[in-house]
Amino acid sequence: MLKINNLHVKLEEEDKQILKGVDLEVPAGAVHAIMGPNGSGKSTLSYVLSGRDGYEVTEGGAALEGEDILEMEPEERAAAGLFLAFQYPVEIPGVGNMTFLRTALNAQRTARGEEELSAADFLKVVREKAKSLKIDADMLKRPVNVGFSGGEKKRNEILQMAMLEPKMCILDETDSGLDVDAMRLVSEGVNALRDEGRAFLVITHYQRLLDHIKPDVVHIMADGRIVKSGGPELALEVENNGYADILSEVA
Amino acid sequence: MALPQVKLDATEARLAPLTLPDGAVWATKAREEALARFRAMGVPTGRDEYWRFTKPDSLNAPEAPEAALFEGDENPAFCDIDRLSVVFRDGVFDAEASDDLTLEGVEIARLADVMVQDIHWAKDLYGVLEARGQDPVVRPFAALNTAFATDGVVVRVTGKPSKPLHFRYLHEKTDSDAILHFLVKVEEGADVTILEGGPAAARFNKCFEVDVADRAAFHHVRSQGRDHERRAVTHVFARLGEESTFKSFTLTANGRLTRNEAFIELTGDNAVAHIAGAAVGDGDFHHDDTVFITHDAVNCESRQVFKKVLKNGAVGTFQGKILVKAGAQKTDGYQISQSLLLDEDAQFLAKPELEIYADDVACSHGSTSGAIDEEALFYLRSRGVPEAEAQDLLVLAFLAEAIDEIEDEGIAEDMRTRLEGWLLRHRS
Ligand SMILES: Nc1ncnc2c1ncn2[C@@H]1O[C@H](COP(=O)(O)OP(=O)(O)O)[C@@H](O)[C@H]1O
Ligand SMILES: [Mg+2]
Repeated sequence: MLKINNLHVKLEEEDKQILKGVDLEVPAGAVHAIMGPNGSGKSTLSYVLSGRDGYEVTEGGAALEGEDILEMEPEERAAAGLFLAFQYPVEIPGVGNMTFLRTALNAQRTARGEEELSAADFLKVVREKAKSLKIDADMLKRPVNVGFSGGEKKRNEILQMAMLEPKMCILDETDSGLDVDAMRLVSEGVNALRDEGRAFLVITHYQRLLDHIKPDVVHIMADGRIVKSGGPELALEVENNGYADILSEVA
Repeated sequence: MALPQVKLDATEARLAPLTLPDGAVWATKAREEALARFRAMGVPTGRDEYWRFTKPDSLNAPEAPEAALFEGDENPAFCDIDRLSVVFRDGVFDAEASDDLTLEGVEIARLADVMVQDIHWAKDLYGVLEARGQDPVVRPFAALNTAFATDGVVVRVTGKPSKPLHFRYLHEKTDSDAILHFLVKVEEGADVTILEGGPAAARFNKCFEVDVADRAAFHHVRSQGRDHERRAVTHVFARLGEESTFKSFTLTANGRLTRNEAFIELTGDNAVAHIAGAAVGDGDFHHDDTVFITHDAVNCESRQVFKKVLKNGAVGTFQGKILVKAGAQKTDGYQISQSLLLDEDAQFLAKPELEIYADDVACSHGSTSGAIDEEALFYLRSRGVPEAEAQDLLVLAFLAEAIDEIEDEGIAEDMRTRLEGWLLRHRS
């Protein structure tokens, strides 16, 4: 599904190399997790994949289902099936959550040559999905993420993911700031989307999330590289011993 | 104080092509007094405190500068709404094109007919609110209007008319110079909606005098037409009685020069005045909102919400004042003026003012100028919304606070649709 090959990225404005050769392959149907100390480049990787400005790819590449995505506009990547649940979801005053969801969904459908969803059909689907994430009518009406608590913002990200049904879902610290109940809701939302044809890349600091969303592979990222990959037990090792052991072992 | 010679000369030059219209004794008196006011003030110059941001030259010129006609490709504003239409072509009432002026709850008469009648209630309003609005800041073009206007309508609202009145201003001659004057007297407990739409003329000078009696309501929505080259200076003078409501919204898209002045006095307790504007300009566009709200009663609320979207050399200006007189306790005054600059060439100039002589009031004002929020833009794009569409969505979101001031949802939607259309046509 997603294949990242020797990806080197620096900041556009500064001479600062952040990703220093990331290699990663997430096959369809799989859940991979990335763990790693703060500042190791996890969010940068997710932003570069989704097409945010401010980064320059100096070497390597990334492909979604065999197609080079790095040359695409962010909206083209989205239409191709890439989705990023933001570590810090953005507030958009004046744009209703519902309008936002519908505009996004229909834009993607149009880009793929599919028909737009009618207002009635859309409403039906969104209500149903919102309900399972405990997102009430008020949250749907309010401006995107404005006045939402941390947990509400994260649930709103998962609602967008559920509506857009992407093929490749990247979750950047979706668990941070969630209490136990919200964590369960979010995980259930993600698990409901698990499918043969869909892949997940879950960025997290905590084993806790991975108890709910069981990964097939866990990668450890440090200083802009994947330094170690393994099974779910790797996450447990991090949980118990921190990163120090792993980092010294690979140094 | 004697005016400088240049100002005297320019004032007389402005007056040269004009003659005072004939009328009843009271009408002639009102016009002569207005002319005397105008002469005493003189035409504005860039040195005048409230004309620093806006060049008055094209308004001072004796002849109207030419303005090409605009071939519209969409329905004029408000045309899908059930309404009573009063049509003016280049500033002249067109009975043929207008609806029958009878409607329950309201009396409508042509100004030209009223100004020759010996006895008419208009005597107590014509030029009266305009004259009050000349202090502490002069509005010379309003005095000029009162002196020379021959057309317009006078409206007395006694009930709740079943539909809005729509003043429709057609622009058909490239050199037309229109002056229209309107009186709106909303009697106690009455309630009216007035819509205005269209460019009106190559150069348009308009004056509204609106008296809102106790417990009455005046709703006003206007759309100033899409002509690129037109120029306009408009005025609303309003007095509000106890527990009365005044709500006004203006959409301005295009126009070489627009100066919209409002002078609103809250004279009865518990009155509410909201005035809002959304202006969008691309290129040769200069838009000026000059608003002066006076609180002279207890527990009144006023809101000014002005938003401008500017690109490609367009200029927006805002001068807004909240004056709270001594004794106007419990005043709730709010003023916000914001611009969204879509490129580096656009410009916004603001002069927000608060002047407060009462101690128990809550007044706030803010003025900002900014660009599109890149974070929000990326967020939308990452969800699949194409860049241009995402930008339009953010622009409409920026304008939302002003549009939300329109109470009637159907009319608000009409305004939104027009803005969407404009944004679509002006994507870079
Ligand atoms: N736009 C930016 N400007 C300056 N530094 C940045 C920017 N983006 C990322 N960085 C730096 O890049 C490194 C990686 O950051 P990030 O990808 O957010 O790490 P993580 O998500 O793993 O905590 C950090 O040192 C961070 O400060
Ligand atoms: Mg991060």
